Amino acid sequence: MEWAVFATIAIPIGTCLLLMLVPYRHEEQVRYLAVPKLGPLPDRLPVSGRYLVRYLCLLSGTALFALSLLIFVAYQFEDGGYRFELRLDWLRDVAFLGDNGISFHLAVNGITAPLILLTGIVIFTGVFISWNIDYRNKDYFVLLFLLVSGVYGVFASLDLFWFFFWYEVAVLPMYFLIAIWGASTNFGSFVRTKEYGALKLVLYLVAGSVLIFIGIFATFVEAGLGTFDLPALATVAYDETFQKIFFPFFMLGFGVLAGLWPFHTWSPDGHVAAPTAVSMLHAGVLMKLGAFGILQVGMALMPEGAHFWAPVLMTLGVTGALYGAVSALAQTDLKYMVGYSSVSHMGYVIMGLASMHEIGISGAVLQMFAHGVMTALMFTNVGALYDQAHVRDMTIFGGLAQRMPRHAAYWAAAGLSSLGLPGLAGFVAEVLIFIGVFKAGYPWAGALGILAAAITATYILRMLARAYFGPFNERWSFLKEMRLGEQFGGAVLVFFLVLVGMWPFPFIERISASVKNLPGITQ
Amino acid sequence: MRLDWSLLAPEYVLAGWAAMLVLVDLFLPRLRKEWLGYLAAAGALAAAGTSLIWLGDEAGFGNLLDVNNYTTFFRLLFHGIAFTVCLISARYVGQRLRHHGEYYALVLLSALGATYMAAARELLSAYIALELSSFSLYVLASFAKTEVRSNEGGLKYMLLGAFSSAILLYGLSMVYAVAGTTQYDGIRAALAGGLDGARSAALLGLVLLVAGLGFKVAAVPFHMWTPDAYEGAPLPVTALISALSKAAGFALFIKLFVQAFMPLADDWRPLLAGLAAATMVLGNLVALQQRNIKRLLAYSSIGQVGYILAGVVALSPERPDVASAILFHLAGYVISNLAAFACAIIYYNWTGEEDIYGYRGLAERAPFLALAMSASLFSLAGMPLFAGFVTKFVLFQAIAQEDFLWLAGVGVLTSFISLYYYLMVMKQMYLGEPPEPTRFPTPWLEYAAVAALLAGIFLVGLAPLAVMEAAERAATLVYRDLAPALLAGR
Repeated sequence: MEWAVFATIAIPIGTCLLLMLVPYRHEEQVRYLAVPKLGPLPDRLPVSGRYLVRYLCLLSGTALFALSLLIFVAYQFEDGGYRFELRLDWLRDVAFLGDNGISFHLAVNGITAPLILLTGIVIFTGVFISWNIDYRNKDYFVLLFLLVSGVYGVFASLDLFWFFFWYEVAVLPMYFLIAIWGASTNFGSFVRTKEYGALKLVLYLVAGSVLIFIGIFATFVEAGLGTFDLPALATVAYDETFQKIFFPFFMLGFGVLAGLWPFHTWSPDGHVAAPTAVSMLHAGVLMKLGAFGILQVGMALMPEGAHFWAPVLMTLGVTGALYGAVSALAQTDLKYMVGYSSVSHMGYVIMGLASMHEIGISGAVLQMFAHGVMTALMFTNVGALYDQAHVRDMTIFGGLAQRMPRHAAYWAAAGLSSLGLPGLAGFVAEVLIFIGVFKAGYPWAGALGILAAAITATYILRMLARAYFGPFNERWSFLKEMRLGEQFGGAVLVFFLVLVGMWPFPFIERISASVKNLPGITQ
Repeated sequence: MRLDWSLLAPEYVLAGWAAMLVLVDLFLPRLRKEWLGYLAAAGALAAAGTSLIWLGDEAGFGNLLDVNNYTTFFRLLFHGIAFTVCLISARYVGQRLRHHGEYYALVLLSALGATYMAAARELLSAYIALELSSFSLYVLASFAKTEVRSNEGGLKYMLLGAFSSAILLYGLSMVYAVAGTTQYDGIRAALAGGLDGARSAALLGLVLLVAGLGFKVAAVPFHMWTPDAYEGAPLPVTALISALSKAAGFALFIKLFVQAFMPLADDWRPLLAGLAAATMVLGNLVALQQRNIKRLLAYSSIGQVGYILAGVVALSPERPDVASAILFHLAGYVISNLAAFACAIIYYNWTGEEDIYGYRGLAERAPFLALAMSASLFSLAGMPLFAGFVTKFVLFQAIAQEDFLWLAGVGVLTSFISLYYYLMVMKQMYLGEPPEPTRFPTPWLEYAAVAALLAGIFLVGLAPLAVMEAAERAATLVYRDLAPALLAGR
C-alpha cells in the first residue's frame, strides 16, 4: 500500500513526461513543449496527438482516482496514526544534516486520507471538464498534472523539506495555466486581464512561502536535530517564546494560500481568470494545502504558539467568512461570486482550525473536503455556462433551468451544500465547525459565522432565482445542456456531496481519530 | 625546499593548449573556425581529466599553492565552465568575431588563473592568479573590436578592475605590514596573537581587501562596472565573466577568510553582512527594470553574489558546513547561469536579438529552447525541481544555522522578488506572439550542450547527494590544517 501512496506522486509526474513525448499529427497546430522539431510526423498514428493526450490523461486521472479511493478506504483509523509509511533516504550526513537528514518520507493519516481522496476526485473530473480544450492541449495537461503531483506530494509528505518542495511545485505551473488558457474579465470601465490574475496569484503565494521558508529555517535550527522529518521535529518541546514568534510565520505564510483575510485578494482574481479545471483544482484543492499546512506544520509543531495566536486566527477567519460572503453578495459575475464564496468558506475552515478543539478541527478538515467538492462543482457549472454563453453576468440570464435542467440541478446541489442544507456535505462540516467554535469559547465568532452562512443563503438563492428559475429569457434559447463529459464530472461531484451529507461517518471517523493525536487541542 | 612541479599538470595542459590554439589559428587559417572552439573545449576537458589525478590527495606546491580536494573541486568547476563556454561560443565567435585563436586561448587562460585563486595559500600567489584571470577577461570583454559598446564595456571593466586591484594590493600590503607574512596561516596566527597597536592597520587592510575583492565579484556598492561590461561584452564572454569570475572570487574569499582572517570575524562580519544585504536587495530590485537580457542576467547575478556573500558572512570558525553549502550553491548557480546564457547565445545567433521583448513567441518557434530557458531561469529563482531550490535551501539553512536568520530572511525575500523578473522573460516566451511564424533550425551541438546543462540542473535539483558530498569534501580541506589552538584564538 505504501507504493500506492508513492504512485499518487509518481503517476502525475510520469504522465507529464509521457505527454511531452506525444507527437502531433497536424503540423500547423504543433506546440511541442519539449520535443524539438523532428521533421514530418507520422500520419499513420491511429489517433491524432490531441486525442492521444486526452486518453493518456483520462487513463492517468482514472488511475489516480482509483488509487486515492483505495488509500482512503484502506486506511485503518483505530488510533489515527500514520499508515502506509514509506521512507527513502535522500540526503544524510552532509553539512548540517544528521543521520536522518532529508528523506523522502510518505505516509497517510486520517486527516490526509480524505484530502487525498478529494484530489483524486477533482483531477478525475477535471480531465473530463478539460476534454474540449484544443489550444495547446498537451502543454495544458502537462502543467495540470505537474500541479497535481505537487498537491499529492504535500498531502503525503512527512518531511518538512519535501512538504515545502511539493508545495512550491504546486504553485509553479499556475502562472502559465492561467495566463495562457485563462480568460480576461471586462468590467466595462477596466479590464482585469488574465496575466494580471496569474501574476497576482503567483506573487501572493510565493510571498507567502517566503514566510514559510523563514519559519522552516528557524524551526530546524531551534530543534537542532539535523533532520527535517516532521514526526521527529514534533517531538521537540520548543521554547514558548520561540513558538509565539514563529507560529505567525506559518500561520500567515500558509494562510495566504488558504485565502486568509486580508491576504485573500489573489483568490477571486486568480480563480476567475483561470480556466475551469484549474479553478476547480486551485479553489478545490490547492487552497486546502494552505489550511493543511497551518495544521500539519504550524499547529503540530507549535501548539503553544497556536494557542497564543488562536484568537487572532479566529478573528481573521470570521472576518474572512463574513467579508467573503458580503463580497459575493455584491457580485453579478457568476465566477466572481464563486471566487468570493471560496474565501468565505475557507474562512470557516480557518475558524475550525482556530478553535483548537477536536470537533472544530474535524469540522475544518471535513469542510476542506466538502468545500473542495462543492467549489469544483460550482466552477464546472460556471465553465459550462460560459463556454456556451460567453458571458457570466447572472442578471442577464433567466429561467435557464428550462433549457439546461441538469445544469440547473447541479447548481442547486452545489449551492444548497454551500449554504449548509442538511443532507449535503456542507451542512455536516459547518455544524461541526460551529459546535467546535462555541465549545472553544468563541460564541461571538460562532454567531458571526452563522450570520455569514445566512448571507451565503441569500446570494446563492438569489442567483438561482435570477439566472435559473423564473421566466425564461428568449435571448438564451440557443443554449444547450452541458456536454456529456461535464455532466459526468458533475455527477461524480454531486455523488460525493450527497454521500458525505448522508453518510459522513467514514469521513468523520478517520478525521477525528487523527485529530485526537494532535498536540495541544481540547477534546 | 623541493617543489613538486608535477602538481601543476592541469595548468600545463591549459597553457600549452592555449599556445597551441594560437599557433593552429596562425598556421591553419583554412580550418573551419568552429573547429577551433571544439578543439579548445577538448583542451578544457583534457585539463579536467588531468586534475582528477589528485582527487583525494593533499599536497602543497611549496608554501604557495595547495593541491587538494578544494583545488580539485574548483579545477573541475572552472574547466567545466571553460569547456561549456568554448562549446557554445563556437558558432558565435566564428560568425561575429575575429582572432579566434586568441579568443579561445584567453578563455583557457582565464580558467587557469581562476584555478590558482582557489589553490593559493598565500596572498601574492592569490593576487597574481587574480590578475591573470582578470586580464584575460578584460581583453575578452572588448573582443568585439568594431562595436562601440564592447569597447566601452571592456574599458570600463579594465579601468575599474585596475583601480580595484590597486586597492586590493594596498590592502594586502597593510595586512603584510601587520602580520609580517603573506602566508594565510601565518596571518591567522599573527591576528590571533593579539594586535596591540596594529589593530587599526589590520582593520584598514581588511576593509581595503574587502573593497578590492568586492569589485571582482561585483558586490554592491562596487558593482557599477557589471551591467555595462556584461552588456558590451560578446555574449559568451558575458557568460564566462558571470560564471568564472564570481566562482573564482568566492573560492578566494572563502579560503582567505577562513584561513587568514577568522580571528577578526567579529569585525568583518557586520561589514560583510551589510554588503551582502545591500547586494541582494539592490541587485534584485534593479533587475526588475531591465529590458535587455544581458543586463537582466547581470543584475540577477549581482543578486546571486549577495546570497553567496551572505554565506561568507556566516562562515563558521570550526565547521565547514557553510563553506560546503556555498560551494554547493556555486555549482548550482554556475550550471543554471551557463544554461541561461547558452540559450541566450543560441537565440542571438539566430536573430541578433538581446532585448527581452525580442524573445516574444519563442515557445512557438523553438519550444526546446524556451523550455530550457525557463528551466534555467526558474532554477536561478530557486523554484523546486530545479537546482536553485535545493542549493538555496541548503545555503540559507546553513546561514540560519550560524545565527544569521535575518540574512537568510533577506535572501528568501529577495529571491521572491527575483521570481518576478524571471517570469517576465517567460511571459514573453510563452504568451507573446512571435514576430514571424517560422521555426528555427535545430543546432544539434548547441542543443546537446544545453541538454547536458539541463540534465545538470535536474541532477542537482533532484539527486544532489553526490554534488553535496563533493562540496563537503572540498570544504573540509579549507579547515583541515588549522591548528586547534588557532581555532580557539578568536
